[in-house]
Amino acid sequence: MASALMNRIARVGRRGLDTLASLGRAGFFLWRSLVGAPNPSVGGPLLIQQIYRIGVLSLAIVIVSGLFIGMVLALQGYTILTDFGSESAIGQMIALTLLRELGPVVTALLFAGRAGSALTAEIGLMKATEQLSSMEMMGVDPLRRVMAPRLWAGFISMPLLALIFSVVGIWGGMLVGVEWLGVFEGSYWGNMQASVAFADDVVNGVIKSLVFGVACTWIAVYQGYDCVPTSAGISAATTRTVVFSSLTVLGLDFVLTAVMFGSF
Amino acid sequence: MTDSSYILLDDVVFTRGSRRIFDGVSLAVPRGRITAIMGPSGTGKTTLLKLIGGQLRPDSGSIRVKGHDVPSLKRRDLYRLREDIGMLFQSGALFTDLSVFENVAFPLRVHTRLPDDMIRDIVLMKLEAVGLRGARNLMPAELSGGMTRRVALARSIALDPELILYDEPFAGQDPIAMGVLVKLIRELNAIMGLTSVLVSHDVPESLSIADYACIVSDGKVIGEGTPEALRNHASPKVQQFLHGNPDGPVPFHYPAPDARADWGGTVEGGAGRG
Amino acid sequence: MAQRTTEIIVGLFILAGGAALLFLALQVSGLTFKPAGDTYTVDAYFNDAGGLGPRGRVSMAGVQVGQIREVTLDQETFQARVVMDISAAIDSIPADSSAIIRTSGLLGEQYIDISPGADMQSLADGDTFYETQSALNIERMISNFASGQGGD
Repeated sequence: MASALMNRIARVGRRGLDTLASLGRAGFFLWRSLVGAPNPSVGGPLLIQQIYRIGVLSLAIVIVSGLFIGMVLALQGYTILTDFGSESAIGQMIALTLLRELGPVVTALLFAGRAGSALTAEIGLMKATEQLSSMEMMGVDPLRRVMAPRLWAGFISMPLLALIFSVVGIWGGMLVGVEWLGVFEGSYWGNMQASVAFADDVVNGVIKSLVFGVACTWIAVYQGYDCVPTSAGISAATTRTVVFSSLTVLGLDFVLTAVMFGSF
Repeated sequence: MTDSSYILLDDVVFTRGSRRIFDGVSLAVPRGRITAIMGPSGTGKTTLLKLIGGQLRPDSGSIRVKGHDVPSLKRRDLYRLREDIGMLFQSGALFTDLSVFENVAFPLRVHTRLPDDMIRDIVLMKLEAVGLRGARNLMPAELSGGMTRRVALARSIALDPELILYDEPFAGQDPIAMGVLVKLIRELNAIMGLTSVLVSHDVPESLSIADYACIVSDGKVIGEGTPEALRNHASPKVQQFLHGNPDGPVPFHYPAPDARADWGGTVEGGAGRG
Repeated sequence: MAQRTTEIIVGLFILAGGAALLFLALQVSGLTFKPAGDTYTVDAYFNDAGGLGPRGRVSMAGVQVGQIREVTLDQETFQARVVMDISAAIDSIPADSSAIIRTSGLLGEQYIDISPGADMQSLADGDTFYETQSALNIERMISNFASGQGGD
């Protein structure tokens, strides 16, 4: 009885240690990938290629989602705000919701699903087909050659995508609110401008998306690099990327919101 | 012997998890020759190549390549040493997002500052050597297994290495592709004065091109020498491996509990059904 | 895809992100009015600051002329001291103007409306509003009204 309990405690301890160890490995991985002067003549084209694949190819899903979310916000906001006779505040509501929360968070979730999973699968497959190994044997560090451009591309793309998401959402909200529901266009923008502060709302939103970008890309690339190089291992790693990224984004969002907008 | 050895393994011990893969392996690979390392599947032959290439570290023992103690090399020195080593992976390991031409050009672009037209000449020369100059614009996905390996071979000789490590070059190849590879390995070794290490379980092909061979089993070298000497080796294990006998010192059965423990009950059950 | 095309598309992508940021700055947060530019500070004391807070609007005749910097409690008079930044371009507010707390709409946010006086002198940096009118407290109004009715 006592020994069974001890075994269980030992198992918890071992899992804790394993988790710590893998966090440490992931940190070391990030450090070794990013530190050191990159060679711009090689790194530049690689980075651009990755920004294309990670950022540009995610544009379509980000724009469509942003448009619909802005439109839905306008519809929902309108029905609630008309009860108080203040439907002219709809612009302010849409802009603040998008800039502070939905822009960074939804973009990060879409990013994890669209670009993160692809990154994990790609790197995992490169590992499984010995491409990373063969690169090492050619005297090329795969961390610098393969991982670093992907990491930087993710860090750069994510805030850009989130900004575009917010703008498209605000525009979509205007389509529904102003064109369809008939809110006066002047008060749509006027209320928005009166209540949105660049330093507080826009900049904090960008900081959020930057943090999410680092988290999502890091998780995706590391999961690919660390996966078991079999088909089952890669699929498990891809799933982990999406699950971990989503949970991390939502958790971090709470922390960041508490720090940025909380009143204490 | 020591002077002419390019690679020297001394009492190498390596464990993965709880499994001891090498238990005191000592081996000398002579310079300028083809050395075949053979052994049953799962004896860690690929692991041996990774140890030589410095991708894995042994638990104890020394691994010297060109006089450098590989496990103790700093990253920078290790990477510099690897520029002298070509490795042909079992899968070919071509970069799937680059064309055949770019794959072969990759090590040149990374390690040299040659102008583009010179790189082009070298790449075409290497592709010509493996007979695939015409395939330069294909993508790796469009190649057959044998062609993939030949492109990979062209890539591993792009920097004119001193040593090439072949990981299972013959595995899963049709007889023609196999014949082509045997010819290529032999010619490359003769023309470029390479030292070649060949890991394989294809006995006839390996012995036909090797100058020197050794057989690894159960974490130890169980026999070594020239192909001729090996064929006349006294050890029954060596003989079983060379001739491919299904049963012998290496048992046919994976260790299992007593047969009666597994089937004792089912016999009665079967009788009941009948 | 050719490297050059990729480069151009990526360049456009980054420009689009920059344009989005610019749009958010100018059109959404109305960054054209920058109090950090040239402003001067004036104070006003209210018996009840209501729901005023930092970044609140200060306007004259419905046109925004500045914003609230801070709202603090004066520990001697127990009044609310509201510090506001007024755009330096608006330099002719009569010194006897009054600051009135108003509500935009029935339940909208509160802001300060400056009702101009007739003095020849203008408010300058560090001045204080001579006359103020506190927030309209609907609850108090209703209870006053109700008790007044009861007294009749």
